[in-house]
Amino acid sequence: MPENGTPAPGPQDSVAPPAAPVQQLRKAVVVGGNRIPFARTGGAYAKSSNQDMLTAALDGLIARFGLQDERIGEVAAGAVLKHSRDFNLTREAVLGSALSAETPAYDLQQACATGLETVLGLANKIKLGQIDSAIAGGVDSASDAPIAVSEGLREILLDLNRAKTLPQRLQILSRIRPKDLAPDAPNTGEPRTGLSMGEHQALTTAQWKITREAQDELAYNSHRNLAAAYDDGFFDELITPYRGLSRDSNLRPDTTLEKLATLKPVFGKNLGAEATMTAGNSTPLTDGAATVLLASEEWADAHDLPKLATVLDGEAAAVDFVHGKDGLLMAPVFAVPRLLARHGLTFDDIDFFEIHEAFAGTVLSTLAAWEDEEFCRTRLGLDGALGTVDRAKLNVNGSSLAAGHPFAATGGRIVASLATMLHRKGTVDGRPARGLISVCAAGGQGVVAILEAH
Amino acid sequence: MTDKYTQFVSRGLGRDIAKKLGLPQPVELRRYRPGQPLIEGPILVQGAGAGADELAAALLAWDLDVRRHAVPREKLGAIILVLDEVARPEDLERPVLTAAASLRDLASGGRVVTISRSAAEATDPAAAAARQGVDGLLRSLAKELRAGATGNGIVLTDGARTTSPGTLGALRFFLSGRSAFVDGQFLTVTSDAGELPADPEKPLTGKVAAVTGAARGIGAAIARTLHRDGATVIVIDIPAAGDHLAAVANEVHGTALQLDITREDAGQRIIDHAVQRHGRLDIVVHNAGITRDKLLANMDQSRWSSVIGVNIAAQLRINEALLASEHFRTSPRIVSVASTSGIAGNRGQTNYAASKGGVMGMVRATAPLLAEHGGSINAVAPGFIETEMTAKIPFATREVARRLNSLQQGGRPGDVAEAIAFLASDAAGGISGEVLRVCGQNLVGA
Repeated sequence: MPENGTPAPGPQDSVAPPAAPVQQLRKAVVVGGNRIPFARTGGAYAKSSNQDMLTAALDGLIARFGLQDERIGEVAAGAVLKHSRDFNLTREAVLGSALSAETPAYDLQQACATGLETVLGLANKIKLGQIDSAIAGGVDSASDAPIAVSEGLREILLDLNRAKTLPQRLQILSRIRPKDLAPDAPNTGEPRTGLSMGEHQALTTAQWKITREAQDELAYNSHRNLAAAYDDGFFDELITPYRGLSRDSNLRPDTTLEKLATLKPVFGKNLGAEATMTAGNSTPLTDGAATVLLASEEWADAHDLPKLATVLDGEAAAVDFVHGKDGLLMAPVFAVPRLLARHGLTFDDIDFFEIHEAFAGTVLSTLAAWEDEEFCRTRLGLDGALGTVDRAKLNVNGSSLAAGHPFAATGGRIVASLATMLHRKGTVDGRPARGLISVCAAGGQGVVAILEAH
Repeated sequence: MTDKYTQFVSRGLGRDIAKKLGLPQPVELRRYRPGQPLIEGPILVQGAGAGADELAAALLAWDLDVRRHAVPREKLGAIILVLDEVARPEDLERPVLTAAASLRDLASGGRVVTISRSAAEATDPAAAAARQGVDGLLRSLAKELRAGATGNGIVLTDGARTTSPGTLGALRFFLSGRSAFVDGQFLTVTSDAGELPADPEKPLTGKVAAVTGAARGIGAAIARTLHRDGATVIVIDIPAAGDHLAAVANEVHGTALQLDITREDAGQRIIDHAVQRHGRLDIVVHNAGITRDKLLANMDQSRWSSVIGVNIAAQLRINEALLASEHFRTSPRIVSVASTSGIAGNRGQTNYAASKGGVMGMVRATAPLLAEHGGSINAVAPGFIETEMTAKIPFATREVARRLNSLQQGGRPGDVAEAIAFLASDAAGGISGEVLRVCGQNLVGA
């Protein structure tokens, strides 16, 4: 609790004038971010709940920007693996943080796109003049995952609750069978196909003929770039340590292509020689939380806060992976050209590409699709290939393969890092530096966004 | 919380036993809390002359109970011994022995403060002898005082009067509970610079202060004290300490800056953060420090260079940036944390003592550079302070170490913080280039 935790009672609206509705859209700027280091599941955060981690990430953000007792317009965050008791996860985290208890909050859930979607939704509210400030974020713990009772036991328990007499209750209890007592743990399987995310990606990886070497090289670059960013102090303004961890525990600064080449495939093993996806070029299960402070330009100025980047726009897409039309994680392939077209932009106008590394194969399949003339003509409705992403602009400070991927926290990690990179870059050929974010998600979904240096 | 021994001997059976056996009898010190009166009980201003009269008048204006003559057996809060006019050693006799008659009436937690002129500036041998005599007198008297009472002195150079803001500021500090663990020490006032605060409870209102090494221990206490006194605080520590740092920042309603102070651009980063987030920078407290103890015969390069790098080289580099910055020009204040190890030496700490001795040299030489802008720089040298670090010292060693001072107990991080907050305030404007020990008059290194 802050020292002066009990504010003087008074009407909330006396704290600040309400945001005014606007005729013309305002800008929504990224002020900065804060996350805790990501930890491999079962590691440093094994005993931390989603609420603990989200609160820690919020408190670090509050400390960095001096937001103690501030009433923020709205806080939105979410978790993919969520306990039913956490129905108000974000609001509870706000109440446990140093923010004003009068800060409203809501939970959002869109699988791995949760974090980016909170940024886009809140940025839109700022642009519309509904709020002046916002905190977006996400958290996930695969260590502290919810475990449910089996469907059979759940039905019995609900029936028991409805029973009125003792004989009825005994009769219901007698229905319990040993198999009903097995707990139901969450998994990454798609409900409609029964395939895990990795197995789905293995099909896509094979379809786009992505080699093992290319995947290992992408993973290697991710570790190398992330390690260099840490050594540069890039994360000094983006991370607050937590539970003894001050760097992402999945990071292997000394990994080599040779070491990565020794790993055995873990997905797509039924593909035989085409099995290319290993634990090295797939993201591990991870725990962590990330937050992003968003604001109108006026609010940032009034609070003497930096304006790193503007949230230009975002786009969501989904694919029909159920019937095999597209790969499970290929939705961003469709979202990006739509978003670029809306702003008359091409890949030449983008200075940083932040493509979430769910699997190295996902990134490489995505890039391959955009380079494929036939695919771009027939499926994206373009005149030819969308273009080639300059590898020198891709995930330059590392991405999920090295940092890890606590599902809902990844969007916040990317937005805060990209905003910092854009701010440092400033302008390119007289225009603001620009960055593209692409995040794939379960259920065949994807959310993408463009940020510009302020 | 006082240590267990102090609790035991401060009441009942424990007190009787300690008294009979002649054991140390530390008492709980009178420490400052907001709202507390400056001092309980009358203040005896001893000494003839214009300086004493003017000082008495100034204290009366603060609504204090000021006496020029003692009433026997009436408890006194403080005795101020004004010796600014002594010209020969014989001149000390009358005021000193008159004050001596009142010493038994000094209340527990009472104060004796001498005010004298600088011996270094005296050209007449007799005057120099008289003035230097005050030094020995006060330091010995401080060792005779009991029950949490302390004795400290204010030395005036030619540019200062008994009623200069710096003199009155130092006097307030010594009389108050803020100086609880400062004993047997002198502060020199060199000019009429400085200004007494409009609100003595909030002497740092409107100031922006940066504190390094603020994630825990003494640094966190400094941040809390500066915040309590009205300053906006930027807390700084290495990125790996960021979680503790964030907690301190949120507690003091400040901002956290994760920064390795040994970085080449650390000074500029601090200035940029202060100016962008808070519009100004008034106070920098160099508190960050490390120890890498080893006998010199076993010292390796990394132990030596890391201690010098963090404890003094980084401070010098940050000060260069501050001195060059147009944003650090309005009565700027720098306060560095030195150590009694840097004065008296400490076995196994050649590297640390070299760095802390270095801090004191730096402070002395930087003072004239800041004077141009009405600024000041001073150091505080803590003695045995009860921190997480000293809690790791083996029990017997720790028990001896904390008794080896006139107050017979260890200080608290807050005691160091109080001295720093005072030196960072406008009231201390006339004090620069000084090293103030917060050590309870440690018996080593006097």
